[in-house]
Amino acid sequence: MGNDTTTNGGPARVIVDGEIVDNTWRRLNEEQLEADGLPDAGAVIVPLAYWKTHRDALLARADAVGVCLEPGEEPADLADDLPHLPLVAIHFPAFKDGRGYSYARELRTRYRFAGEVRAVGDVLQDQLFYLHRVGFNAFEVRADRNIEEALEHGLRPFTVTYQGDVHDPRPVYLRREELRGA
Amino acid sequence: MYVYQDYDQRLLEERVAQYRDQTRRYLAGQLSEDEFLALRLQNGLYIQRYAPMLRISVPYGMLASKQLRTLGKITREYDKGFAHVSTRQNIQLNWPEVEDVPDILAELAAVQMHAIQTSGNCIRNITTDELAGARPDEVEDPRPWCEIIRQWSTFNPEFAYLPRKFKIAVNAVPDADPAVIGVHDIGVQVVHGADGETGFQVWAGGGLGRTPMVGSVIGEYVPWRHLLAYLEAILRVYNKYGNRDNKYKARIKILVKALGPEKFRELTEAEFAELKDGPMTLTEEEVARIRQYFTEPDYRDDVDGATLDQALAENRAFNRWYHTNSHAHKRDGYRAVTLTLKKTGRIPGDISDSQFEKVADLADRYSFGEVRNTHQQNMVMADVAKDDLFALWRELDALGFATPNLGLLTDIVACPGGDLCSLANAKSIPIAEGIQRRFDDLDFVHDLGALDINISGCMNACGHHHIGHIGILGVDKKGKEFYQITLGGRGDKVSRIGEKMGPSFESHEVTGVIEKIINTYVDQRLENEPFIDTYERVGMDPFKESVYG
Repeated sequence: MGNDTTTNGGPARVIVDGEIVDNTWRRLNEEQLEADGLPDAGAVIVPLAYWKTHRDALLARADAVGVCLEPGEEPADLADDLPHLPLVAIHFPAFKDGRGYSYARELRTRYRFAGEVRAVGDVLQDQLFYLHRVGFNAFEVRADRNIEEALEHGLRPFTVTYQGDVHDPRPVYLRREELRGA
Repeated sequence: MYVYQDYDQRLLEERVAQYRDQTRRYLAGQLSEDEFLALRLQNGLYIQRYAPMLRISVPYGMLASKQLRTLGKITREYDKGFAHVSTRQNIQLNWPEVEDVPDILAELAAVQMHAIQTSGNCIRNITTDELAGARPDEVEDPRPWCEIIRQWSTFNPEFAYLPRKFKIAVNAVPDADPAVIGVHDIGVQVVHGADGETGFQVWAGGGLGRTPMVGSVIGEYVPWRHLLAYLEAILRVYNKYGNRDNKYKARIKILVKALGPEKFRELTEAEFAELKDGPMTLTEEEVARIRQYFTEPDYRDDVDGATLDQALAENRAFNRWYHTNSHAHKRDGYRAVTLTLKKTGRIPGDISDSQFEKVADLADRYSFGEVRNTHQQNMVMADVAKDDLFALWRELDALGFATPNLGLLTDIVACPGGDLCSLANAKSIPIAEGIQRRFDDLDFVHDLGALDINISGCMNACGHHHIGHIGILGVDKKGKEFYQITLGGRGDKVSRIGEKMGPSFESHEVTGVIEKIINTYVDQRLENEPFIDTYERVGMDPFKESVYG
């Protein structure tokens, strides 16, 4: 059971690379795709299973296609296709399910995925900092929350971190002098 | 002990500000109960039966006198004048107000303390041997490695929402397991390789709780440079594959068992292969830097052993305390001393505001200004000169911390139980008290020798009942409190889970049952044979016979 209150297709505005922008992607689930088929135009995010079964048609599409991973679906399941994808979304049905943190980390450090990694679902201000550190650069903040406040207070509550992360792999002891000067 | 750099301090201050804002948003209704729950737990705040409980982190149990004084002040000003030492070497307050917690954290931060990750489904406080650095039989001081793991695990972004809580312990003693690493999610055994270099044998999948299990060796030998990469590999495997559907099957022990240690090792090694030699590789400079915080204190060379011998000969009570509550030291002329926080009728680990301050003064005078919390809910002064022991004993005796019962029957480990904790099925404090009162003859208790009694008020096993020679577990039967007894558990190098005796007992029966168990032991034991050896020699039957026969 999750707390994902995402409306059909996703929110109107999202955080991308530290800024609030209009959401240009529509996220579609299996039922919607089955009922209405794939939209002819516009960027879409489809489930992994749909990607696997409709790969050729999706690759032939003029507009962009991204894939959404659910908990239990790992980047390894998508590894060969990553060069074709501008976006991978990772779904958090509930913010407490932390599998997506390892998935994002693997996308960035193991597969060197350079496209957009988007957190979708139960995405809240108090998790943004960790999500950002493991490799997410885009956030669909839950619809009932204030996205401006989330961005202002959630993305960088700390100037000090002990571990390396996807932005700077060096642990604190290799950054000590810079931190002192900060 | 580790001394904060400017950036460590800044991290704590930023944390206080973050948590203050989270509390404000919760009280303003901008965060749901469930959302705040996860945030406050990662900060050690439980909402308990009567009031919140705040668990303050004490990394590997180390406390400086300055910190003890702050704990005394907080206990007086924000609580009812009492705090408790927990089985994870932390300090718990039982009556703080939710609104006050940010201010408490600010006071703690001023003395380099916090409540980060003392609860919740994340990596908890790193624990180790309370005699670390002082004991003669360790291969090296384990605390620098604890500190290195502490920094890696603190606010680790990938492992903040694990399937379940995660506990790591470090042990550097070859022939004993004072940190009980066998029953931890990860146990790190410090070893020296053939080349004399430090390395680690890494265990995973041990744990107590509902399904007690002893862990398996996953990494037979991990070179020191790769410690963090290896731990990260294990955590990533667990984060990805640990059970998230059922909280009772969510600990890593269940995953290791389900996959089998070989498969778990294979997955870990695959992750490790990618991380090894990467940016997490520890450097000689960093390890040397951390080690310099754990060097020997300024020991005296002129300790007068003759005064100790004289006091031991002249004072029987002191003599008893010396043999029960003090420990061999690697430095000639010194002993380590355990302060027993197990006064009959008080919650085990109980310490008052003024006692904190008094212990701080004694630590300054007798033990280089430091004490350690123990996982047996006592405290240790690790570096006491032999010619100071008699004076220290008299001060501790006046304070009520010199009961010479360490490791004996009345040195009971117990969780707060149903008197304070909302998870508990049954009370544990009155059970401990009943046993302590029944066995109030110190000569008899000494004659019985080493005996661990552990009491947990519920399956969560905070009192570590599975590893007590005698374990007592509170269970709920149709709304009534019952107690299940286990025998033969061990928290030493052997790490064994106790065996259930049979049907459970009502609370008023427990003391009588313990007495029957003790009488059976006295009947059966060979000369000077400890309880656990007798039990392992004769088995459960004679005990069962005496209790149920």
